[in-house]
Amino acid sequence: MVFFSYLISGISLGSVYAIIALGYTMVYGIAKMLNFAHGDVIMVGGYICYCAMTYLGLPAIASILLSMVVCTVLGVVIEGLAYRPLRQAGSLAVLITAIGVSYFLQNAAQLIWGVTPKIFTSAVSFPLPQGLTDLGISSEAIVTVVSCVVIMIALTLFVNHTRMGKAMRACSEDKGAAQLMGINVNRTISVTFAIGSALAAIAGVLLCSSYTTLMPTTGSMPGIKAFTAAVFGGIGSIPGAFIGGLLLGIIEAMAKAYISTNLANAIVFAVLIVVLLVRPSGLLGKYVPEKV
Amino acid sequence: MKKSIIRFLSLALALVMVLALCACGGETQQGPGPAENPNTEAPATEPADDGGNEPAGDEPSGGDNEPAGEASGTFKLGGIGPMTGGAAQYGMAAMTGAQIAVDEINALGGPVQFEFKAEDDVNVTDTAINAYGRLKDWGMQVLVGCVTTTPCISVAQEANTDRIFALTPSASSTDVTAGRDNMFQMCFTDPNQGLSGAEYIKTNFPDAKIAVIYKNDDAYSVGIRDAFAGQMGDSIVYEGTFTDDTQTDFSVQVAAAKDAGADVVYLPMYYQPATVILNQAKAIGYAPTFIGVDGMDGILDQENFDASLAEGVLVMSPFAASSTDELTVNFVAEYQKRMGQLPNQFAADGYDCVYAIYNAIQAAGLTADMSTADICEALIATFTSDSFSYSGLTGQGMTWSTNGEVTKLPMAFLIKDGVYTTP
Repeated sequence: MVFFSYLISGISLGSVYAIIALGYTMVYGIAKMLNFAHGDVIMVGGYICYCAMTYLGLPAIASILLSMVVCTVLGVVIEGLAYRPLRQAGSLAVLITAIGVSYFLQNAAQLIWGVTPKIFTSAVSFPLPQGLTDLGISSEAIVTVVSCVVIMIALTLFVNHTRMGKAMRACSEDKGAAQLMGINVNRTISVTFAIGSALAAIAGVLLCSSYTTLMPTTGSMPGIKAFTAAVFGGIGSIPGAFIGGLLLGIIEAMAKAYISTNLANAIVFAVLIVVLLVRPSGLLGKYVPEKV
Repeated sequence: MKKSIIRFLSLALALVMVLALCACGGETQQGPGPAENPNTEAPATEPADDGGNEPAGDEPSGGDNEPAGEASGTFKLGGIGPMTGGAAQYGMAAMTGAQIAVDEINALGGPVQFEFKAEDDVNVTDTAINAYGRLKDWGMQVLVGCVTTTPCISVAQEANTDRIFALTPSASSTDVTAGRDNMFQMCFTDPNQGLSGAEYIKTNFPDAKIAVIYKNDDAYSVGIRDAFAGQMGDSIVYEGTFTDDTQTDFSVQVAAAKDAGADVVYLPMYYQPATVILNQAKAIGYAPTFIGVDGMDGILDQENFDASLAEGVLVMSPFAASSTDELTVNFVAEYQKRMGQLPNQFAADGYDCVYAIYNAIQAAGLTADMSTADICEALIATFTSDSFSYSGLTGQGMTWSTNGEVTKLPMAFLIKDGVYTTP
């Protein structure tokens, strides 16, 4: 029975990682860049939702939508201002810029909202039957897992079955050739960032609903864990991010429960290293041989 | 033009490792932040004549010390604490508290005046050393800091070499003061706090099964836990840990404590992870008696905090913003005016530091034109002398021993209907 409640907390944590990882993996898969500011967009999403609910008194759904809209705009603006000018530069330059954006967002949030943590009232809570609560299942966990699955399926369909999705896949394979075929690469990448940031807003709301405290550094550690999850599952692969996130959450919870709370993180990263040794491109990643 | 995925992954993995390692080092994941700007000052550093309009009779009393001579001059006080980054709320609180005390003293218009300058250390050791260097160049004569333990240990060593008297508001590890005669603490040492917590539980919950959840990359949390666990021994049925990276989810620790049948859960940590623990315990219907330490103070002041979560929580802290004595009421009002929120224990410690130094300067009859080393020796002699005691926000009749530790009584508060009450 205790095992079951550990499993539930692992799945619930893993689903949050998975939603964040989906954003990472999409941007990486299409723009071929690691957006380290993703974790901080999550934090902004959390704050916007918090403000909408607490100060404007909006209902939860409207607050979530508002925070998605704000994050989408933010994501597109970040892409346009910080990453687009570096499109021709090396990947390392873009990576460092992303870290810069991440610090910028953290410090801007501190200026706007201050350093004291805010207590986030769950935006997705509903009453559950006593039997489920006794098993350690919370309404937040259910909503998180369900939205994670829905988002993953929707994203897969979008990428595989729409015109924009086709453009994204083309950009992912070869930006230059895609441009020659008449695809607007800049616009495609902007749309990618818009979707990724909207996902970040959802992840922010779900993260804060489950783990209640909201502060300017809220997004950084989940962001890094989710990035690990994306690499674990095979970066660039949408189902990979989902499985990677889920596994990471479960491994973390089980390591905490049965091995040592001290070593939980070490174990998570050790598993990652082993997986990458055996399958260098992650669980579901495609192996692309180097052309010589 | 195609980039190698493998090369990219190894780069990315290396980055994850570096970030994870940084976090393991006990310093928050703030690396190269804009906070290293050498001119970062506490936003609270306002002109001296702003505020501090309290009646002269309100300042904390220095006991019955006879001044050795007439103290006079404008002393330069330096302050170091994290004002950006993950620990920013502690540094902001302590430095604002100190600033309020400085403004009050200056408004009194007495012969002793203070000039106060606070520097940001982001809770990172290197940055703290830089901040210390800037303050030294500025001409600092006495240091109020650092606020957090890890940077404080390094800065204490520098201050010891330079013979600058230092009084930390809140760096509570014995490592801060050990072997440094010029380093004093306003807060309890961690072991003392653990011991008094154990004492309290033995008296009030004699047969309790106890669970401890502590932050094992934090000297403060570990110090309290070690002393506490040494006293409680076998009555501890479960111990769970967490680190800076894992302080958002405690569902496993809480479920394990419940499974072990603990009816008292001791939380030697700051209020922010404690809030998450209370929340997740409630979510699985687990309701033991939670006992917090001084870092728990502030839990009720969080914006939007559901006070019913903290119902029945015991907080062992030397300061409570809800106290009704005149000194506390005035301080709370002034702090709220400046910061828009209730002060926590850090703010009170910062305030007390400045007044304790003020009283000691008067008791020793120091003048601002004395050399920093002479001021240091005189203050050490005064703080450790039998006749010097200080009563302020965080305790009555505080005295200091030669190893820099303060002696004062902890108070236990029971949270009831969202306010501190005396159990």
